[in-house]
Amino acid sequence: MAEIPKIITSRFDYEDSYSIARYEATGGYAALKKALKMTPDAVGEEVKSASLLGRGGAGFPAGTKWGLAPANVWPRYLVVNGDESEPGTYKDRLLMERDPHQLIEGVLLACYAIGCGQAFLYVRGEMALAQERIAAALNEAYAAGYVGKNILGTNFSVDVVLTWGAGAYIVGEETALIESLEGNRGMPRLKPPFFPAAKGLYMQPTIVNNVETLSNLPWIVQNGGEAFAALGAEASRGTRMFAVSGHVKNPGVFEVEYGTTTFRDLIYGHAGGILGDRELKAFIPGGASAPWFYGEHLDIPLEKGTVDRAGSMLGSGAVVVMDETTDAVKACLRVVRFFARESCGKCTPCREGTNWLEKILQRIQDGYGRLSDLELLMDVSDNISPGIAWPPKQTTICPLGPSAVSPIASALQRFRPEFEAKIAMAEQNRQSVPVAFPKAASHA
Amino acid sequence: MARLSPDNVVLAKEIISRYPLPKSALIPLCHLAQEQDGYLTEEAMAHIAELVNVTPAEVLGTASFYEMFKMEPVGKYMINICTNIACQLMGGEELLAHAEDKLGIRPGQTTSDGLFTIEDVECIAACTEAPCLQVNYRYEHRISNEQFDQLIDDLRSGKRSDIPEHGTLARIRQHIPEDRRAGSVLPTDSAAPVWIGAEESSNG
Repeated sequence: MAEIPKIITSRFDYEDSYSIARYEATGGYAALKKALKMTPDAVGEEVKSASLLGRGGAGFPAGTKWGLAPANVWPRYLVVNGDESEPGTYKDRLLMERDPHQLIEGVLLACYAIGCGQAFLYVRGEMALAQERIAAALNEAYAAGYVGKNILGTNFSVDVVLTWGAGAYIVGEETALIESLEGNRGMPRLKPPFFPAAKGLYMQPTIVNNVETLSNLPWIVQNGGEAFAALGAEASRGTRMFAVSGHVKNPGVFEVEYGTTTFRDLIYGHAGGILGDRELKAFIPGGASAPWFYGEHLDIPLEKGTVDRAGSMLGSGAVVVMDETTDAVKACLRVVRFFARESCGKCTPCREGTNWLEKILQRIQDGYGRLSDLELLMDVSDNISPGIAWPPKQTTICPLGPSAVSPIASALQRFRPEFEAKIAMAEQNRQSVPVAFPKAASHA
Repeated sequence: MARLSPDNVVLAKEIISRYPLPKSALIPLCHLAQEQDGYLTEEAMAHIAELVNVTPAEVLGTASFYEMFKMEPVGKYMINICTNIACQLMGGEELLAHAEDKLGIRPGQTTSDGLFTIEDVECIAACTEAPCLQVNYRYEHRISNEQFDQLIDDLRSGKRSDIPEHGTLARIRQHIPEDRRAGSVLPTDSAAPVWIGAEESSNG
């Protein structure tokens, strides 16, 4: 098998990987120079031919997304989604900290091709080092003439503005991110009509791309979209970063060939297998929002369509491994609590539903569950995501609510006896203790 | 001091100038105020409202949505311990319990000497380094109970000069030199960008 090139993590081993000197010495900004001799359309075509799927979570083809901006409506904006917060996900932060110039060059290529007059690079608030590295890199890039007015002496001019959030998972949703960038509470907008490509920032056409997506562009423009598309399989081309965490010997972030590498390669190869050589119980294949996978899914390739058809998603490239000692109820509760805490409160089924799901799971975990609770969990879930199917339907504006349903549907379907055992224990306690007051939730 | 200082007003105006509409600077300006005072005071929010031309209530409305903005004083060191799924699997909840015992406070509380606040936080994107925490948004990876105790001792004795006081986020700021500035594009600037326009005419 041919050696798989490192496309986006090629500089990670250099200690000064974030400096402009290292970036230029390793081929940096060559793609920008090349692109500026091409027409914007030609650059767009190159990216389209790469079949680059968005790396943020939804996996929408980036080239197609660019094409959704209505013709001849100006100005257009580019917004970079660096609000990485999906539990288990850990790759955009590395790309921003370790190779900020690669991202900036990607931003410039996108602006040139799409015709964006200004770009906003929105970094998650909690990522102080990423903000520092990007600020320093932008200052270097402005001084060197790569960003700003008349870039490299051409008529291409664009300001790239570093902006940052203040702690809110929901801002990773692109319309919520736009709200936040307008100085508002980060609450998603109703789609339609507010598809950002048509009506985004300040109600103008806005392309929102993920950090990893844009970080691929310099390589694609330099080496050609075809070379990128030659890697991978089916809809999933190029390489992709996956973070493997949880009960593994060698947790880490790995850039692997997209579409062909399997979960087994990732978990037992790159990540070294399960801690203590214990058995695998379950794994989350694509961030906390994704339905869980099990041993029988290990040989599924990391290919978007294949994983979708198997009933889950690759999401944000986050694989969380749970070994046989894992308490399924506790793990499920923790993921649900996350969504309950992070619900923005705009849609009733999510605002109320996720909190009730958390409360019910908490009382089961604390030994105060009731026999009717399992049905109640499914009933509340059904109100958020009718039918509890995959891909999920939703009674909410954004997918956060249905995401809270994923771990419940997974854990209840697979590990129902664990829930029942806790409830049986609670029933027994109720008979032996005359009055049982629920103890305060440990997170109150 | 609660309104922004004259130096910070200069910084605030520079930040505002980078956006097409001033209100877009609201969150960065709240960070600036928090950097100045350690938390977000009512006076600072009123001052920010003047600067970006909204009401103080709108500033509060936005700021109160976001976890990082503190409306009351917190410790000099905000210790955010992750207990989300990847950290939970690797002992994040036990680490939090240890921190509570060590400092004698519960999540959201501050030690009586005003040094430490602990929080039970959601995923901070260091999942492969679990259990992890942040001190004023600086990472500490794979923390054992002993390492946590050491961290507290080091912070108490001033050995961690790499960690600024709560409120300071990035210590490097973007600065666009005037002669390199392309300029903000207003939503009403409806002309095609020159590099696109030039291409269209050359094609036509």
